[in-house]
Order: sequence, then structure tokens, then C-alpha cells
Amino acid sequence: MYAQMVKTDADRVKSLDEMDPQERAFQQRIDAGEKIEPKEWMPEPYRKTLVRQISQHAHSEVVGQLPEGNWITRAPTLERKAILLAKVQDEAGHGLYLYCAAETLGVSRDDLYEQLLAGRAKYSSIFNYPTLSWADIGAIGWLVDGAAIMNQVQLQKTSYGPYSRAMIRICKEESFHQRQGYDIMMKLCAGTAEQKAMAQDAIDRWWWPSLMMFGPSDDASVHSVQSMAWKIKILSNDELRQRFVDQTVPQAEFIGLKVPDPDLKWNEKRQSYDFGEVDWDEFFQVLAGNGPCNRERMASRTRAWEDGAWFREALTAHADKAAKRKATAPIAAE
Amino acid sequence: MTAITVKSGDPLLEFLLRMGDNSLVLGHRLSEWCGHTPVLEEDIAIANVSLDLVGQTQLWLGFAGEVEGKGHSADNLAYLRDAGGFRNFLLVEQPNGSYGQTLMRQFLFDAWHYYMLRRLEHSSDRRIAEIAEKAVKEVTYHLERSVDLVIRLGDGTQESHALMQEALELLWPYTGQMFDADGFDEVAVKAGIMPDPAEIRPDWDAQVTRTLRAATLEIPQEAFSHKVAARSIHTEHLGYILADMQFLQRAYPGATW
Ligand SMILES: [Fe+2]
Ligand SMILES: [Fe+2]
Repeated sequence: MYAQMVKTDADRVKSLDEMDPQERAFQQRIDAGEKIEPKEWMPEPYRKTLVRQISQHAHSEVVGQLPEGNWITRAPTLERKAILLAKVQDEAGHGLYLYCAAETLGVSRDDLYEQLLAGRAKYSSIFNYPTLSWADIGAIGWLVDGAAIMNQVQLQKTSYGPYSRAMIRICKEESFHQRQGYDIMMKLCAGTAEQKAMAQDAIDRWWWPSLMMFGPSDDASVHSVQSMAWKIKILSNDELRQRFVDQTVPQAEFIGLKVPDPDLKWNEKRQSYDFGEVDWDEFFQVLAGNGPCNRERMASRTRAWEDGAWFREALTAHADKAAKRKATAPIAAE
Repeated sequence: MTAITVKSGDPLLEFLLRMGDNSLVLGHRLSEWCGHTPVLEEDIAIANVSLDLVGQTQLWLGFAGEVEGKGHSADNLAYLRDAGGFRNFLLVEQPNGSYGQTLMRQFLFDAWHYYMLRRLEHSSDRRIAEIAEKAVKEVTYHLERSVDLVIRLGDGTQESHALMQEALELLWPYTGQMFDADGFDEVAVKAGIMPDPAEIRPDWDAQVTRTLRAATLEIPQEAFSHKVAARSIHTEHLGYILADMQFLQRAYPGATW
């Protein structure tokens, strides 16, 4: 999802008997629902996987500012502008909490960020799609933040303390994001024919990419089984996707939007929706850098980072000068 | 809806539009940075300042609409006037340029804004005094932040020093306008609605001198100041701001969002 495909370095999951005493004690604590804290011992693969997952998540928040930021200056009313500004600001804040959580695992935010800019780190595929109309801002809040919540709510229970606490904080804000997105869609659907068409066009383009956010089916994946054993993943990708579809379809119907899936059908027996197959070729293309906006997104991030180098250097230089002045001040006073 | 023209004539209305338009245009400029600043903390901080200014716009223009008495909302006034109907300072519509230029523009404006609002807390108009009281809390923080950053960047590296000095020289000629009074101001000053703009100058000068000295920057000696015949005259930049900002309201007249 925000971390769509996290590799664990595992080729299979060890049983408790196969573990050495330290690792067994660690796994037993996780099994008992205890939280692991930064200073405590943890197996190296657990740490590495967490760094990957949390940093992918952080990068997604930060890149995720761009598609919505694209419409801030064109927001149609002062109130919508304020709400969108506050939302994009929240996403920057989420990025910050998550980088901080990752830093507790002994990596630096700058290093992680350099990896993103160098194209060595992933971020969610969803942010490589363009925002073409105001309705896309509604669709993102409703569908994309909605999908994010689906994933993040379960991660509040994740085994790593700082990650779990970041998720609890983030989830509160995400539900506000989803509501404001749905509110935009509701207004459009109650508006003129042109506005309604705008809303339909947005769901037509954002529906499938939103389902891709959960990642390909991972029931058979060793990475997923390992992540679940470590409780850094609680539900499978397919379970999350199903929950999302079940929650969202009635919301679409309520405001008169058609979900663009001819195979979508209520399954009375399962008490759940059956739905069509995601175009995984498209997903892998986007992941490989060939989505509609991958290059623009990375170029924007790189430009902001490079153009801002003088700023960051200046603040450091000033802090050094101030520290030096402070260090020499007592001598001067004597 | 077709474009709205607000007839000049009432000094109170004119004053409210001037305050509202400054917040609106500068808030808009700052929002252009969202997601593109040099560091995540700045994305958050600049969005805060922008949000405050958008909120203040709603208060000033909301009141302006009431005073005008034609049923125009703050949104109507923001989204349906053409450039000639805007009364903001030339300073706030200047392009963002580098992040340093944006921060310098902000500092020069914040210093004016702060001392203006402090006086407006004592306006004879109770509503204005209330808006000022609320706004000054936010703007106190804006000014503190601007002062701090201008000092740190001016007295940072050689590169940052040069960049800030250049920004200062570029923007300086737009600062004089903030202290010029016209006929509307004179009536409003007499009625106790607002302070004499010239009265703000000594405080502004002192703040600017103090800050720039600490920043090791030099105050431009050039006395030249851009003068315009009326507040309706703008630089070329404002038209593009409005083309961006007003697009949806113009393309779908009368729709609600
Ligand atoms: Fe977020
Ligand atoms: Fe969000």
C-alpha cells in the first residue's frame, strides 16, 4: 500500500525451535503482543525490513504532497484552499513522524531521502498518476486516503513501538482527509451536470490505481508470512483490498457514482463484493518508473532538494557560528 | 457569474479590501511553495503562514462584503474581481523567486503587518479591532519566524548572504508603497478607523535596521520607490495569480464547490 511490496530477506520463516534463544525470546514477546522499543535487541532482518517499510511509507507521504499540491493554487473557494493546504501540510507532517520512526532504527533521514532521489527506494505507485481536475482532489481524499487508512488502522497494532505510535497519530488525521475528499465528491455530485461528469471521470481514473495501492496478492508470499510473524503486517493485501471495496462501493452509490468495474457484484453468500482483476501489468510498469508522472514527481523532489541546498547549508553554517560565539563568550567576559 | 467591480467611494470598504487583498495575494503566493521548499519542516511552516493569511482574508473580505451591502461573500470578492479591482501592495504580488527571496518578501511585509495590526487593535471600528486582535497573534509569530530566518540566512554562508542581499535589493523599491497614504486613507485616519500609514514607518525602520544588521546585510541606500497613481495599478504578475486562482470559478460560473 504506502509500502506496497516490502522484501524481508527471508527465504522461509523459521519456527521457534530453529531460533537461537535470543531470537526465540524476541519472537515470543511479539507473539505475546508486546511492543519492541528502539534500544532493545532485535534480529537484523527485522530491523532492515522495518527500515524499508517505514521509509517507503515516509517517501510516499512526501511524494504524495505533489499531486494534491498541484491544485492548491486553483482551489475553488477560500475554505477549500485552506482545507487542502492543511491536508497537504499534514502529509508533510506524516513524512516527518515516519522518518523520525525510521531514525530510531539507526538510519538517518538524509540518507533515506538520498536513496529516494537516487531512485533506490520505492514509494506508493498511486502518486505517479496525474491530478487533472478539481474532482481528482476529492477522489484522492476519498479513495487514496481511504485506502491508506485501511492499511494504517491495522498498523496501529504493529510490533515496533515508534511505528505503532506514529500510526496512531497519523490515523486521526487521515480520517479527516478522507471525509474532506468525500465531501468534495458529494458537492460535485449535487452540483451541475458538468461537475457531476467531473466527479465520474475522477473515479473512473482513480478506482483501479487505488486498488493497486494494496499491492499484488501476497497470500503465497514468504515476505508476507514473515512480516506477519513479526507483526509488521497484520492483514494480507487481498484482505485489505476486499475490505476497501466493501466499504467504498456503497459510498460511491450513495452519491450516484458508478464504479468502473463491469465484474463488480454483491455476493450474497460471502456478504461481500466480487470484483474484477486489477491490471497488474500497469502496476508493475508504474513501479518500474513508467507511470504517467514518475519522472515529474522525482524531478520535482530533486529540484526542491537541490535548489534548497544553499538554505540547509546556511542554517548549519549559522548554527556553527553561533556555537563558536557561545564557546568563546565566557572567555571574552572574563 | 460575471466579474464584480467594487465601486470606490467608501473609505471603510476601501480599507477592508486593501487588508484582505494583501492577505489573499500573499497567502496565495506562499501556497505555491507547498511541497517544494528546501526541507520538510519548511513545507509545514510556510503552509502555516499561508493558512493564517487565508483565514485573515476570509475575515477582512467577509466584512468588506457586508459593508458593500450587495450580498457579495468573501469568496465572491476573491474569485470574481479582475486585477484592476485588487488593492494589494505590489510587494506581495512579486514572484516567489528563490526561497530566500520569498522569505525576504515575507519579512518586509510582516514587519509592516505587525505594526499595522498592533495599531488596528485600537481602531474606532469595533469589528476591525477584533479582527486585528486575532490576526496579530498569528502575525507576531510570522514576524518572529521571518526575523529569525533572515538573520540566519544573511549570516550563514557566503552564498546565502549574497542571495539574501540580492533579494533585499530587488524588493526594497516596493516597500515605500506601504507608507504612502492617499485620499481614502486620510478620511479613514480622521475617522480613527486606521493609523496614518506614515506613522508605522519609524517602527518598521527600527525593526528592519535591527534585523538586517544582525543578518550582516546592508540596507539599500537607493531612495527609489515604485510609485503608482492608484492602488488599482499592478505589476504584470497579478494577472497570472488570478488566472490560476480564479480558474474554476470562471470556467464554471455560478457552480458551488
Ligand atoms: Fe498521510
Ligand atoms: Fe492523508
